[in-house]
Amino acid sequence: MIHPVLFYVLSGLIVASAVGVILARHPLYAVLSLVVTLFSLSALFICLHAFFVAAIQVLIYAGAVLVLFIFVVMLLDMAPEVVFRAKSWTMISVGTALGFLILWQTAAVSLRLQAPSAPGPVIDGTTAAVGRILFTAYALPFEAASLLLLVGIIGAIVLAKKQL
Amino acid sequence: MVAAGPWIILFSPLFACVGIVLFGRKSKKLSTALAIIGMAVSLLFSVSAFLHSLPAHAAALESSVPWVDLPGLALEFGFLVNRPAILMSLVVTGVGLMIFIYSAGYMAEEPGLPRYFAYLSLFAFSMLGIVLANNFVTLFMFWELVGASSYLLIGYWYEKPSAAAAGKKAFLVNRIADFGFLIGILMVWNLSGVDGGGRTLNFLQLEEKLHHLMEISAVQPGLLTAIALLIFCGVLGKSAQFPLHIWLPDAMEGPTPVSALIHAATMVAAGVYLIARVFFLFWASPSAMAVIAAIGGFTALFAASLALVENDIKRVLAFSTLSQLGYMVMALGLGGYVAGIYHLTTHAFFKALLFLGAGSVIHALHTNDIWQMGGLSKKMPATTITFLIATLALCGIFPLSGFWSKDEILAVAFERNRFLWAVGTLTAAMTAFYMGRVFCVAFLGAARSHHAEHGHESPAVMTGPLWALAVPSVIAGFLRIPQYLHHAAVASVHVEFNPLVAGISTLAAAGGLALAYAIFARGIQPGPEAQRSLSMLATPLTRKFWVDEIYGWINQNVQQRTAVALAWFERTVIIGVYVNGVAKLTGLTGSLLRTAQTGRVQTYAAILLGGLGLILYLSLK
Amino acid sequence: MTPPITINHLIALSGVLFAIGLVGVVTRRNVLLILLSLEILLSAANLAFVAFSRSLGDLSGQIMVFFVMIVAAAEVTVGLAITVLLSRHGGKLNADELKSLKW
Repeated sequence: MIHPVLFYVLSGLIVASAVGVILARHPLYAVLSLVVTLFSLSALFICLHAFFVAAIQVLIYAGAVLVLFIFVVMLLDMAPEVVFRAKSWTMISVGTALGFLILWQTAAVSLRLQAPSAPGPVIDGTTAAVGRILFTAYALPFEAASLLLLVGIIGAIVLAKKQL
Repeated sequence: MVAAGPWIILFSPLFACVGIVLFGRKSKKLSTALAIIGMAVSLLFSVSAFLHSLPAHAAALESSVPWVDLPGLALEFGFLVNRPAILMSLVVTGVGLMIFIYSAGYMAEEPGLPRYFAYLSLFAFSMLGIVLANNFVTLFMFWELVGASSYLLIGYWYEKPSAAAAGKKAFLVNRIADFGFLIGILMVWNLSGVDGGGRTLNFLQLEEKLHHLMEISAVQPGLLTAIALLIFCGVLGKSAQFPLHIWLPDAMEGPTPVSALIHAATMVAAGVYLIARVFFLFWASPSAMAVIAAIGGFTALFAASLALVENDIKRVLAFSTLSQLGYMVMALGLGGYVAGIYHLTTHAFFKALLFLGAGSVIHALHTNDIWQMGGLSKKMPATTITFLIATLALCGIFPLSGFWSKDEILAVAFERNRFLWAVGTLTAAMTAFYMGRVFCVAFLGAARSHHAEHGHESPAVMTGPLWALAVPSVIAGFLRIPQYLHHAAVASVHVEFNPLVAGISTLAAAGGLALAYAIFARGIQPGPEAQRSLSMLATPLTRKFWVDEIYGWINQNVQQRTAVALAWFERTVIIGVYVNGVAKLTGLTGSLLRTAQTGRVQTYAAILLGGLGLILYLSLK
Repeated sequence: MTPPITINHLIALSGVLFAIGLVGVVTRRNVLLILLSLEILLSAANLAFVAFSRSLGDLSGQIMVFFVMIVAAAEVTVGLAITVLLSRHGGKLNADELKSLKW
């Protein structure tokens, strides 16, 4: 699928920046780390020929969502968090234990996975191809998704307004 | 006609009772009429049954309806009309009818007369049920019903605390006895299934089964003895044998006709009748019979001794009844089936007569104390003569009925157990003495109180039954009752008339009567030495050997203490640990589980993801 | 010569990413940073979808990613609105102190 070197570099970036997200003390650094993660992921998507998804990842996810995060961080003037010293050690140990549990399970899964013997046609995830399917087979979920966005917008306005 | 007979005999008094309850509550005349008609109908059909049973080939009649029919449990409700049953039924209905008529006069001024007759009819129904029943279940039902009727009738004047207490005492003592009885019945039930032929409680079937089981030696003698003794427990209660005799003297709180019917002639005889009914069960266990005979003999002597010092005329008669019942039980224990039933029959007549006579006196003089009576022979001639006849019959004077039946018992005792024969003869002497004492003090001599001076004869409705009962008291010895009973082929002891025994017992009775006459009619006092030793004897006798006190002590210390301990156990262990403990445990678990509800999102997320991990793990195994 | 990259490697990466996001969700105290860690979880899912889509030759996986992103956007919007609301009322964004639903 991908050239191994490319894969390992990109996956290293992804993991490193993800760890950075969860370990960062200042919220802004965490957000910026997540941006790096998302860009790397996007690059990985391109390597997997999922062009459309890579594009919208950068546009929507990194572009809109994370920018929103940054807005809120700056709006609320958050202080760096005194992360691990004040946090209860139970939660930390529980969290890490859970993490390892999930890790172990996915390792089990990934070891057992077998690529299908008759691989399907290699389709590139181009905008045209995705769009074709989106507006025919998945038209209803598409419309529902737009409704969802509308609800989200209204919800956000209602919640955050000072007065209606 | 024949098949319907037992049903009519049994249910006629019940209809009378129901009729009184529904229609006769306001009307004394109606209730009296209904009750008397009910008994008369029963008497009629009993006579009819008797006539049908006279031909030599006549067989016993059995008529029953199935009541419960489940696999493994088949109960019936039915009658076995054989010769003892017919005889007993005649006694119950005949004596009963006389007493009903007598009550119409004796209780005429009572406001609660309808209630009285309703209870009496109910009692008649229950007693006839016992007489006619053909299996243990039906018998036990009516047994308990008789106990309940007795309670109602003893406590008839329920506003009197002593009467209410006496009724309770009778019922409780009987209940204790019936517990043993019931266990006995259950053991019989169990035993009847040993040969694999299906369990039964029917008397005829049980008799066959028992013969069969004993032939093939499938049953241990110890078991048979246990069963016999447990069933005898019921007899201990109902027929007031020692040590459960304590209720009978107290039961004199009831109206005198009640005492006559229930506590002289019929209900207390039910125990004796039971032994006769299932005599084959007892005959199979000689050791049980020995115990029964011993208890009977002891009760006879014990009760007679207590009667020597009693001053209440009804209580004397009560102890006398106890004593005579002891005779009957002793007779049956010694194997004298015919002797026991014979004495039962004659005793019913003259004891009822004695009680009714006493009632006549009490009704006229308004006192029970014999020392308040005196000189009644002139004022109440009918009562005096009939009372004398009954007294002589009780003492066993030739040729009255008591002579023949008591003599038969003593003859059996002479054959089988000389010691008990001696006890019986001594008791006969004592019986003669105390009855003589009562008669002399109450009827002879001068009036001892102003009550006695105003004595007058009772109305005809009361003296009529007295004469009616005097007739069988005299002639019942000549009615060939033993021959009638012998026809029923029951394994038992047969004796011929024994002139030696008869002579000795007549001497003893005559001696007792003479002594009583000498002391109480002629006023001959024993010497001072004798007087001192006699007064020492008097205390245990008047205190009835403190039996009631002993029971009271046992109740207070043993039963109460056990009850308190058990109550503590229930409170602490059962309620405290199990009931409350479970509740506390639930609360505790709840508190424990509550700690997961921290209100913090991250906790919930962690739990969620933990569950996810678990699912993954399980699905990947 | 390193072995060719197969679906297994991609899934393994997705799993690692998911585990990291999970630890973040459970251990961070700042509400905003919890939301951020949530984004990592979603991204891990996205990666798995795309990897399978590529492996099986079916574009439905990528359609799914599209929808996941839309949902993520909506969720983040509402989540941030709540965060703003929280800071306005209490001033505290510490997840440990938001426990009025305790018991």
